[in-house]
Amino acid sequence: MARSTTKKATSSKDPVNIESRLEVLKTYKIYIGGQFPRTESGRYYVPTNAAGKKLANVCLSSRKDFRDAAEVARNAFGGWSSRAAFNRGQILYRMAEMLEGRRAQFIEELVLQDVTRAKAEAEVNLSIDRLIYYAGWCDKYQQILSSVNPVASSHFNFSVPEPTGVVAIIAPQDTSLLGLVSVIAPVIAGGNTCVVLGSYNKPLCPVTFAEVLNSSDLPGGVVNILTGKVSELAPWFADHMDINAVVYCEKDAATQKLLKEKSALNVKRVILYDKVDWTSENGQSPYFINDTQEIKTTWHPIENIGGGGSKY
Amino acid sequence: MIAAKNSIHIPDFRLSPRVDQVGIEERAARVTKRSIKNEAKMNGLLLALNMIDLTTLEGKDTTGKVKQLCYKAQHLHDAYPGLPTVAAVCVYPSMVKVAKEALGTSGVKVAAVATAFPSGQAPRDVKIRDTKFAVDNGADEIDMVISRGKFLEGEYNFVFDEIAMIKEACGDARLKVILETGELGSYDKVRRASDIAMYAGADFIKTSTGKISPAATLPVTLVMLEAIRDFYYATGKMIAMKPAGGISKSKLALHYLVLLKEVLGEAWMNNEWFRFGASSLANDLLMQIMKMKTGVYQSKDYFSID
Repeated sequence: MARSTTKKATSSKDPVNIESRLEVLKTYKIYIGGQFPRTESGRYYVPTNAAGKKLANVCLSSRKDFRDAAEVARNAFGGWSSRAAFNRGQILYRMAEMLEGRRAQFIEELVLQDVTRAKAEAEVNLSIDRLIYYAGWCDKYQQILSSVNPVASSHFNFSVPEPTGVVAIIAPQDTSLLGLVSVIAPVIAGGNTCVVLGSYNKPLCPVTFAEVLNSSDLPGGVVNILTGKVSELAPWFADHMDINAVVYCEKDAATQKLLKEKSALNVKRVILYDKVDWTSENGQSPYFINDTQEIKTTWHPIENIGGGGSKY
Repeated sequence: MIAAKNSIHIPDFRLSPRVDQVGIEERAARVTKRSIKNEAKMNGLLLALNMIDLTTLEGKDTTGKVKQLCYKAQHLHDAYPGLPTVAAVCVYPSMVKVAKEALGTSGVKVAAVATAFPSGQAPRDVKIRDTKFAVDNGADEIDMVISRGKFLEGEYNFVFDEIAMIKEACGDARLKVILETGELGSYDKVRRASDIAMYAGADFIKTSTGKISPAATLPVTLVMLEAIRDFYYATGKMIAMKPAGGISKSKLALHYLVLLKEVLGEAWMNNEWFRFGASSLANDLLMQIMKMKTGVYQSKDYFSID
């Protein structure tokens, strides 16, 4: 008898009461080498939207996270760059498919980060289309960017693009998803691997995008995504000797100068996209792929061997 | 026998101390948590560099490869003058002459693996001839393997006698005894094999050939360091230690140095009494040293190829 009274008392305070349920903030973890570790530093920050709502607990990455990411990106480079171009295209297409499957989640996150619902839908749609766009270019930019060169000696002379290596990317800070996708896609379409720092104030989509990458056949280490302060990490992005190019998208002149100066140490390419509108048609082009390619020219001696006058 | 000559009492190896597995592993894990400040780290990295036995032990080794390795031993990274050299170059007996000539008067020693390395499955006279050949060609140190099969059968006298005979064949060369801990199966057996090797005349005890996985680990090294400590207390004789195989990162090398310092102390903290058997560790140490010096993360592109 006593037992049943107790039971009744508990059920009157139903634990599954939506009104009184405490909200659990997700720890948005970083993405290194196909894994989701917390930052090695143990630090995090809580960005808020315009209404002052706390968005999430986000990792405040340190230089050691960057170092670890650069190392796995270097290890992943050989496999990714030597993959068949067609296969890279298939994987980029798969990324678009997985992003499509998570449309609703990305739209919600963008709305939470102060984008209107209509614009959020447009941004996610454009991001998916952009991945498809670069998926198509994976096995075609080589024909556009390479050339057979007329030379004045008996040589067959041709130039072909090759990926530059590991690219450190500071993604556009004013958009959460579209800017990120627009700078990552051409870099990996060209066979490079990368370490990306997402937007500081709008870090939700970069981490969720990492979850998309993780389920889309992309080998671990090809794209590594960190969250944190640009001012803290930019110097390390620029002077790491094992990074071959740096991408920066803001107009901040002091940071541009810092990146250029420090990159001189190992003659990194410094690529500035401070005038690009990612929402426009100009936000996509094979020339973005070209920015992280190196052109290799080969001189091949020739003789007259063909009766028809063909010289190689 | 050597041990008998020095009138050291030889214990019954069946009674070697048993090892507390949980305790050893926990203690070894604890040394990886030590905070090492910048200055100590720099000193540790330079010390570790100076303790390396730069090793190439492959069927495809050529005289060219060995000469290249010997050059590297003396010129680790010329962009940073004043670096120490490695302790020794470790090769097969057939390459000792080449290495000896290439190293000249640099002070870098030549170590040779002998006694039918890595399996040790050969008749005793072959092993002795193998050893003598290396010594005659100028090897300063001999790395021998114990007969693990006999050890596991419980033939401790056989193993003991073999080590003593090889020691005799070594003459002035220092003898490193490889226990191949990855094949022994338990910490108790590692401890027992360490005791046998030390009482039979080893100058060094060494974990592994590098051909078997697992190779050197922190707990196994801790067991062997404790055996060395107990042997020192019992006989007053210092024995050197060489973990080998699987140590390719600076951080791990520093963990080993912490372990060494905490178990055996300052007297062992030099390349007379401690070595790392490694090949790719050298470059990682160099990259860390250059990172400390320049403040910039380094790239393999700017260092020699292993």
